[in-house]
Amino acid sequence: MTSFAGWQMPLRYTSETAEHQAVRHAAGLFDLSHMGEIPVRGPGAGAALDYALTGHLSALRPGRARYTMICAEDGGVLDDLVVYRQGEDEFLVIANAANTEVVFGALRERADGFDARVTDATGDYALVAVQGPEAAGILAPLAAGLDLSAVRYYAGTFGEVAGREAWVARTGYTGEDGFEVFCRPEDAVSVWDALAAGGAAAGLVPAGLAARDTLRLEAGMPLYGNELGRDVTPFEAGLGRVVKFDKPGEFVGREALTARASSGPIRHLAGLTIRSRRIARHGYPVLLGGQTCGTVTSGAPSPTLGVPIAMAYLEPGAGAEGVLSVGIRGEAVPAQLTDLPFYRRRQER
Amino acid sequence: MSVPSELRYTAEHEWVSVEGTSASVGITEYAAEQLGDVVYVSLPAPGATVTAGEPCGEVESVKSVSDLYSPVDGEVIEVNTELEDDPSLVNAEPYTAGWMFRVRVAQDGNGDAALPPDLLSAAEYEELTRSAG
Repeated sequence: MTSFAGWQMPLRYTSETAEHQAVRHAAGLFDLSHMGEIPVRGPGAGAALDYALTGHLSALRPGRARYTMICAEDGGVLDDLVVYRQGEDEFLVIANAANTEVVFGALRERADGFDARVTDATGDYALVAVQGPEAAGILAPLAAGLDLSAVRYYAGTFGEVAGREAWVARTGYTGEDGFEVFCRPEDAVSVWDALAAGGAAAGLVPAGLAARDTLRLEAGMPLYGNELGRDVTPFEAGLGRVVKFDKPGEFVGREALTARASSGPIRHLAGLTIRSRRIARHGYPVLLGGQTCGTVTSGAPSPTLGVPIAMAYLEPGAGAEGVLSVGIRGEAVPAQLTDLPFYRRRQER
Repeated sequence: MSVPSELRYTAEHEWVSVEGTSASVGITEYAAEQLGDVVYVSLPAPGATVTAGEPCGEVESVKSVSDLYSPVDGEVIEVNTELEDDPSLVNAEPYTAGWMFRVRVAQDGNGDAALPPDLLSAAEYEELTRSAG
């Protein structure tokens, strides 16, 4: 167990490597109840979110989800978010645990003047995620009232799981197919136990934060505090696509983000494969010809590739020529520039 | 959690097995569990002189990297090269196949290995891990 943003979280249940492999090849079960749930409701909810976030949420159809960000006036990222449109006037914003208070505060402030109500309902929700190629097959018999094949990637629906009311969404942070089940805290144990029992034969195992981190890293997904923060805009992170300049109306950060989008070369997020068994960790320098040309944001052994991988911010032009290395506690270890993501699941359709 | 009674321990979670003047060293099951999956072990070179309480290598796991301390004074006579190919032995069998290095320890006046006085017994080490939670 480990302390994480005020929550006691399982870092691993047995072996993080085994948990990682289970998610890639069968399924893993995650307790993500630490995530922040912030409902935004009312006739003006869509317009309020268009103003508050970088995305065009009013254009989202009910039952669909969007990956988006909330930025400060200067374009710095306050958090990355998943937003579900649960109904015409009902949105559910999912924030990182460490940022829930900041996101809630900013949303409430920015929703002022809109016909929308913002609440922090984190304590009203537990979140159990089942992720992996077997996820749909494991969930289906426990959600008999739902047609999961109709729930597409980045979509969600109300329904019952193991007889408990839930919002069931086909989203995740692992690079695999999978579902996130938002239920009442008092129903969480029933939902967890039913999925654990129902999935065991298919190879489902409980998985902790450590596996979640290596899974998202292989999938090239950013982690707030590592790849994202107040000092980066979505563009440096290679996620400029989440900024919808063509949406109607004003939005917080537009001016700064417009300037950033049209400015010259900026530091950029890159993937690295390390030519060693040592791990390039958060904060280690990336070197080119003995000079620092970047900083590692996340690094871990990749169970899928069998070598250490990392993401790093590199200065403009770094890596275009020459051999990069990472300074690992005094030793320059060669590193190969690698396209992100490191891992992409095979699509069935 | 296993703490074999025939071994000696350090507060840095290493174990020592002494036979004559040869001391084998590894990390405890408690340490391996705390670290999580070990992915890389950097060991002192054979012939190197090690000093009790001083770092002489590194143990790298998925989530962290930790110094490896020598529990004894002496000269490294052998290292476990199996760990190069399979560092997970440290997790699977910390007290046997996951051993790390062997040291020739200096002798005291009686010809026995001169061990630091602060090595812990199994009972003392168990107490230490209990109080660490």
